[in-house]
Amino acid sequence: MKLTGKAWVFGDNIDTDVIIPARRLNMSTAEELAKYVMEDLDPSLAGKIEPGDIFVAGKNFGCGSSREHAPLALKGAGVACVIAESFARIFYRNAINIGLPILESPEAARRIRQGDRVTVDLSTGIITDETTGEQFQSEPYPEFILQIIRAGGLIAKTRQDLLGGAA
Amino acid sequence: MGMTLAEAILAAHVGAPVHPGQLIDVPVDLVLANDITAPIAIREFEKIGVGKVFDRDKVVLVPDHFTPNKDIPSAEQCQQVRLFARRQELTHYFEVGRLGIEHVLLPEQGLVVPGDVVVGADSHTCTYGALGAFATGMGSTDIAVAMATGRIWMKVPPTFRFIYRGERRPWVGGKDLILYTIGKIGVDGARYMAMEFTGPAIESLPMDDRFTMSNMAIEAGGKAGLIAVDDVTRAYLAEHARRPYREFRSDPDAVFAETLEIDVSEIEPQVAFPHLPSNTRPISQVGNIPIDQVVIGSCTNGRIGDMRLAAEILRGRSVHPNVRCIVIPGSQEVMRQMIREGLAEVFLDAGAAISTPTCGPCLGGHMGILAAGERCVSTTNRNFIGRMGHRTSEVYLAGPAVAAASAVLGRIAGPDELPAPWA
Ligand code: SF4
Repeated sequence: MKLTGKAWVFGDNIDTDVIIPARRLNMSTAEELAKYVMEDLDPSLAGKIEPGDIFVAGKNFGCGSSREHAPLALKGAGVACVIAESFARIFYRNAINIGLPILESPEAARRIRQGDRVTVDLSTGIITDETTGEQFQSEPYPEFILQIIRAGGLIAKTRQDLLGGAA
Repeated sequence: MGMTLAEAILAAHVGAPVHPGQLIDVPVDLVLANDITAPIAIREFEKIGVGKVFDRDKVVLVPDHFTPNKDIPSAEQCQQVRLFARRQELTHYFEVGRLGIEHVLLPEQGLVVPGDVVVGADSHTCTYGALGAFATGMGSTDIAVAMATGRIWMKVPPTFRFIYRGERRPWVGGKDLILYTIGKIGVDGARYMAMEFTGPAIESLPMDDRFTMSNMAIEAGGKAGLIAVDDVTRAYLAEHARRPYREFRSDPDAVFAETLEIDVSEIEPQVAFPHLPSNTRPISQVGNIPIDQVVIGSCTNGRIGDMRLAAEILRGRSVHPNVRCIVIPGSQEVMRQMIREGLAEVFLDAGAAISTPTCGPCLGGHMGILAAGERCVSTTNRNFIGRMGHRTSEVYLAGPAVAAASAVLGRIAGPDELPAPWA
């Protein structure tokens, strides 16, 4: 599956309070949360993200709290994929669990510029910067993570496991 | 080959030796969620379709973040959690009035014991590592699965060992040791790793300070922050534990991914400047920074030991006229003890406000939100942009001693800067 969108570039250690501030956590649906995504970094950003856009960030993206609201808010805002040099552990699990594609590629994270058009091939892990023509190979997912992705998220996989594939 | 403390606990749960990087499916002893993370976990749990949680004694729900309910949406989230707890007949649901901040409450209530594997939909679940348990934070969907099945998948983490030697200086506690450590290794210095805190300086550290250290393992990206059981732990457990427990420790030939030795006699009281917990400075290098607010509380420093330390400094002194000092005991029990020991009166006499137990301002929820440009010295664990209020406000992290001294002087300061003699 291929995704193409405009790149939004961020630095290192983008924490979950920046992705969605705690004061917004009195709601929990992707649609509600989407309006406030990254608001403490740039209050106007949520309104400028177009469906299909791609986030590109430095190391330790998603550090901080365990709030699943963070990947939900990104998904709700239309962010199709996050590429980062590295991800914080809990954010990584949460994104996979709820079906937000995330790719680790230090090279892509360093080279892609704000506003570049980027294509991501989720089946091969190849990231292409259409603006510059550069290509990057992201870290492959471990097999177990692939099973969660193929099942359509952790809940679907758990249903399959429990009900012997009857889900 | 020997195993580390973290590996030994996980191996005992899966019934076979484990090694770092291995993917395991682990049975859990306790599953936790709060008023922010439980609503999503419940929604996802219902989709799995098992009806009942795997064990009503082992699923714990603590509505601590926005309670007592700060607004209508928060009240509705708490209502969902409350109704679920009733429907599922959970043994351990904590209502306002019997509440505490989850990571203060669970050890105090004896719900976590050494050797446990605990997963919680809260990143500071790692706090229980101080009891020699393997405890780690996850998101709501993972917790939904753990509530349904009593199991969770995880990768066995490599262990980063920290050896603390030497004698602590006056006013230096667990908060200073952990801030100093994070300052050294950075906010991703232990990413995906289990941190193990060892050495003579840990053996002499009181239990409350150990909870503070394990609590902030996540601030270095750690998956867990463990301390092996010793006499200090056993004394705590003798008062609190509700079930028998097993002690584990790292084998002499255990393999550590990394080891860092720290001489604590070189550590001054620490302050983490905005906007990262790793942005630390010793108190002597802080300079003159006027402040508007002080918060003493949270799952990091809301225990009785923290309250005693803050009160020791505030006794007979007054909070600076330009400062709001907010004291938040971590649980009803901490508050009761505070009153019993006369600490509540010390705080009130000094001109500090005392709140009912809640996370409150720690995450910018309520009970002390900052306006644009305001500065706060806080005993909490995160100083990210906008964490306690307006995006231009600033949070400086410190231990209770520095927080209390700063409240008196109206600027960031250490207790040594206060006029002697001590009361
Ligand atoms: S006190 Fe702060 S860090 Fe601790 S659980 Fe509450 S919000 Fe999280």
